[in-house]
Amino acid sequence: MQLGFLVDLRLCMGCKGCEIACKVENEVPLSTWRLRVKYVDVGSFPETKRTFTPLRCNHCANAPCVRICPVSALHYIENGIVNIDKERCIGCAGCIMACPYGAIYIDPLTQTADKCTYCAHRVASAMMPACVVACPVEANIFGDLDDPMSNISKYIQEHQGNVQVRKAEKGTDPHHFYVGGGNVTLNPLASLREEGFGLFNNLTHLPVGGHH
Amino acid sequence: MAHEIIAATNAVVTLDVALPGIVWGWIITMNMWAKSIGTGIIFIAFYLLKKYPEQTGFIRLPSVVISIIFIHMFLFFTVIDLHQMFRFWHIFFHPHMTSTITLGAWLAAGFVGIILTMAYFLYIKKDEAMYDKLLAYGVVLAVPVTLYTAGLMAQSTARELWQMPTESIQMMLAAFLAGSATMLLVGGNKFSDEIKKDLALILGFSALTAFIMYMLELVFGPMKAEEVAATLEFVKGGEYTFMFWLGQIVAFLIPMVLVCKSIKDKSYYLLKIAAVSALVGLWITKHVWLVIPQLLNLS
Ligand code: SF4
Ligand code: SF4
Repeated sequence: MQLGFLVDLRLCMGCKGCEIACKVENEVPLSTWRLRVKYVDVGSFPETKRTFTPLRCNHCANAPCVRICPVSALHYIENGIVNIDKERCIGCAGCIMACPYGAIYIDPLTQTADKCTYCAHRVASAMMPACVVACPVEANIFGDLDDPMSNISKYIQEHQGNVQVRKAEKGTDPHHFYVGGGNVTLNPLASLREEGFGLFNNLTHLPVGGHH
Repeated sequence: MAHEIIAATNAVVTLDVALPGIVWGWIITMNMWAKSIGTGIIFIAFYLLKKYPEQTGFIRLPSVVISIIFIHMFLFFTVIDLHQMFRFWHIFFHPHMTSTITLGAWLAAGFVGIILTMAYFLYIKKDEAMYDKLLAYGVVLAVPVTLYTAGLMAQSTARELWQMPTESIQMMLAAFLAGSATMLLVGGNKFSDEIKKDLALILGFSALTAFIMYMLELVFGPMKAEEVAATLEFVKGGEYTFMFWLGQIVAFLIPMVLVCKSIKDKSYYLLKIAAVSALVGLWITKHVWLVIPQLLNLS
């Protein structure tokens, strides 16, 4: 079994339901996120478009975070999920330096690394991840990539040629796919992220592990 | 390429969460800097004791003491940077051997064992022969202890700027630079002119090579990857430009000029200034290189 995710960006409407469901389900502390939805506006008025990209851990097959972790706190479980053992983590932040997707944060309460686990605890009880359940348009598709009859496998089959992963050049082999993505949505260097108050909120950086 | 995309699409992030700031900051700079001195002094002590055994016997004690102090500084800063520092022992009891952090911890532990044993044989047993024998093993172990940080940086897949083999060469050069500078400060006028000239040359060549490598990275790095290009923008007119050039001047250019002048005039009084300059500049240079890739948004 190899669990994977796919987000159809053509369906996503940026409601942030998944983001909130994840926060609640996993008790993700303030100022940290396992899953977030980023808005990028493209074009010049009146030819403008708003894009929405849910971003979470990719559960890479060749995960640099697992490789660099000195104590195997980050490890694979048999269904392919990259999980974390917070009791073992020493908080060296090596994984934060290694993950090319910025998917890991230091939990300010436990001072250990944390990230999306594809809701491994729910999956173990045969439930879908919280974000999948919350999505009103079924833009999040979750399932077994090894099973050709699973929804995710069929979706990938149907959309061949329009399925992307983030930073494929890093060789991490992500198990998280997008349909309808492009440079602007998937490459963080292809959009301007200026610090300060923007259209909706204050775009900023916060000290690592320092906010409760 | 991303530049052109932004220009063409006018893509702007309009809603996003706050992203984490710098993860490895000045504590890790201290770690790298102290380690360069701790291993560098062992390399230089070995060289001098082999080449000038008659004149350099007095360096045995200060060399090992300095190495012990700075390697422990390195360990101290390594541990205090952990968010769960009292779990440090997990590295030894739940080791994950694909991690260079684990490898480095084991190697550093071995190196500490050797230098402490050297100090024991020299100070308590007064056995210089044993010290010299152990010094050879110390040198062998000092190489991977110096290099493992480069391995760790290479494992930091998210930071394209730090990839092998450039960082390994820079780590060795930093150790030679720091080792020769520290030895010049320790030995001072007790060294003959010939030895001073040797140390000056090691200092000068390390500085020159390191400077050339940084310049090459500055020019050719952007051709390697878009992320490197974006990272280097921070030192090409960006917020770390001043600090970057300050580091290059103080760590490499000033020592190079002073070394040349000393050798030309056959007068070595300027070498101490060169040594201090190299040590201060090394910290600044390492810090800039550590921080700039962390300023890039990864997602
Ligand atoms: S996305 Fe990052 S945190 Fe997730 S498995 Fe890949 S490297 Fe690890
Ligand atoms: S912070 Fe924790 S999970 Fe991350 S590499 Fe260090 S020990 Fe492993």
